[in-house]
Amino acid sequence: MSGNRIAKLSLQLMTIIEERSVNNLSAIPKEEYLYKCTSACAGCSSSLCLRYVLKAAGPDSVLVVPACCTSVIQGMYPGTAMNVPVYNIAFAAAAACASGMSDAFATLGRETNVIVYAGDGGTVDIGIQALSGAFERGTNFLYICYDNEAYGNTGMQRSGSTPLGARTTTTPGGKPTAKKDLDRIVEAHNPPYMATACSAYPLDLYKKVKKALSIEGPKFIHILAPCPPGWRYPTEKTVEMGKLAVKTAQWILYEREFGKLTINGPSKAAMKKPAPLEDYIKSQGRFKNLSPEIFDLMRQQVEQNIQRLSREEAGVC
Amino acid sequence: MLTIATGNKAVAAAVKAAKPGVVAAYPITPQTEIVEQIADYVTDGDLESRYIPVESEHSAMAACIGASAGGVRTFTATSSHGLLYMHEMVHWAAGARLPIVMANVNRALGPGWNTWAEHTDAFSQRDTGWLQVFVGTVQEAYDATLMAFKIAEDERVLLPVMVNLDGFALSHIMQSLETVEIGDFLPPFHLPHAIDTENPCGYGPMTGPADYFRFRWDIERSMRDARGVIADVEREFAERFGRTYGPTEDYRCEDADVVVVAVGTLGKEAEVAIDRLRDEGIKAGSMRLRWFRPFPDLDLSGRDVVVIDRDYSFGFGGVVAHSIRSKTGIEPYSVIAGLGGQEVTYNDIADFVRNRRPGEETWFGVSDHV
Ligand SMILES: Cc1ncc(C[n+]2csc(CCOP(=O)(O)OP(=O)(O)O)c2C)c(N)n1
Ligand code: SF4
Ligand SMILES: [Mg+2]
Repeated sequence: MSGNRIAKLSLQLMTIIEERSVNNLSAIPKEEYLYKCTSACAGCSSSLCLRYVLKAAGPDSVLVVPACCTSVIQGMYPGTAMNVPVYNIAFAAAAACASGMSDAFATLGRETNVIVYAGDGGTVDIGIQALSGAFERGTNFLYICYDNEAYGNTGMQRSGSTPLGARTTTTPGGKPTAKKDLDRIVEAHNPPYMATACSAYPLDLYKKVKKALSIEGPKFIHILAPCPPGWRYPTEKTVEMGKLAVKTAQWILYEREFGKLTINGPSKAAMKKPAPLEDYIKSQGRFKNLSPEIFDLMRQQVEQNIQRLSREEAGVC
Repeated sequence: MLTIATGNKAVAAAVKAAKPGVVAAYPITPQTEIVEQIADYVTDGDLESRYIPVESEHSAMAACIGASAGGVRTFTATSSHGLLYMHEMVHWAAGARLPIVMANVNRALGPGWNTWAEHTDAFSQRDTGWLQVFVGTVQEAYDATLMAFKIAEDERVLLPVMVNLDGFALSHIMQSLETVEIGDFLPPFHLPHAIDTENPCGYGPMTGPADYFRFRWDIERSMRDARGVIADVEREFAERFGRTYGPTEDYRCEDADVVVVAVGTLGKEAEVAIDRLRDEGIKAGSMRLRWFRPFPDLDLSGRDVVVIDRDYSFGFGGVVAHSIRSKTGIEPYSVIAGLGGQEVTYNDIADFVRNRRPGEETWFGVSDHV
């Protein structure tokens, strides 16, 4: 039996055990690695996600963080809101820094998880070269991109991940180009595991992090992380906003294990019968005064994504 | 063991002896031979190290930072554009107090593309908090690289060290090389602030002015302490292996009326010029500057000083000439020479001494006495 096959089988087994044991939020460990004293904005979903990521990863983990909101929310020296080591590194350098750290731990025989927690800008824009290099080299680490679809740290300028039509401080008239398809770029590196997730589905995220960390090699999770000040919606609507993104199939939850695609539960239903995209668009100030043409393009994009992923899952290419 | 080797091969041999846990590097002329040789060592099992073939120099230094913080000895090598491309991380490595060792094969900067020797690349990194040493021979490239690990990792220093050697003029020149059995010259790698998941800390988080300022002072304090550590390590090296080094290499300086200060291979070339001048009855000496950071105290009082700069700070002057002026108060004769690999022979250097005009600057072969 090839090593790959053994890995796959043990992964399936683990997944079954995991799914039996963690099927509701109460099964998630009570230990906290992200304390309540963060300096995140009210309603920040990316820090909520980080809380679940760390619960899944456990204490023998190091977080590598490039410049982003997470560099701020962890707090100011000498205090820290985190209960795992956090290695802060320059904006473009997270994947490369993690690469060195992962190899250092391997040299020392340590099994510590090396997890990058980076924003969309640090991933799709300035950090994409390092990300691509680390994945091509087969680095043993987990790269998580939490995507609030703009440069939050510096006051909500556009990023390559900002969607078409969204107003940011550098696209005051709405972004004229589409969101960069990060997942297909990462997919082109054929990682053993990659997934999408959303802050409104913490159990799904928790399981994905667990699964990712059980696999050797470069793993990737792309989390959609709604952001009240950036997306311009009331703070108490953060969870609702994530749910809407998934229900409208604007964001699709899936996993790709050793290349095989699985659409996850909430998105299965949404892809069959997506909720009206208007519900998502209208609830966010960043899409204010969106032209009907742009809205049409957005709807087409959603349909294309649904088609592409459904066909792939069904094995029709 | 006595062999012959290029400057690049000597650096690689020293790295092999130092046994880093991680080497991360990106190729650039004229450094390539170093990384190719290390890749060979790793592939052949002569060096039990992880070689990370990163996709850029920015990532090379970032990977070294991650690896060093992770608790292993690390090495990288670069040159010129590679060094500039990693500039952000060069600062980061020092600020993070990581004892990374890097060989920089000094090369000119584009445009136009020019792969020959010049020191502007290294001097452009002088304010990063790295220790910088410049070597003049193949043997010294080996010895300085070995010592660099020990100096960097000393708890009184904990700063990265850059070992500079001239592109082609040394990187590709064959000279004799005596490699050593290093024994316990290098202790096992120990970083007091290595990442420890049992003692979770934030590394490099947001830091207010008071703490930040104190961290900067800590770097300077270690730079000052580094002078003593360098002297200790060079003394121990001499005792163990019989080769002596110091902040400068002085040649016939004791009774000299005029001293030539140069860096790298030009400093070795100057020694030949000194012999010629002495034959003519001119009491000349040469002081090859080895350590550039921390900058040594130089005893030049009462003599004429001719400084050869293979570099330039536009709108200001030769970097070494100005360093010497500000450190000693002496107005040197500043010769800008050898940029982009321009050939500078011992005859030329002898001429600089004969025709010296203290307080003036000349661009050799381009514009005289400006
Ligand atoms: C080389 C460099 N350029 C620019 C910056 C300024 N900067 C810091 S964070 C940031 C944006 C981060 O955006 P993203 O990665 O999406 O993370 P977020 O802040 O949204 O969490 C920028 C532009 C920097 N720190 N370094
Ligand atoms: S700007 Fe957005 S992502 Fe950043 S801390 Fe605030 S809510 Fe979170
Ligand atoms: Mg962002």
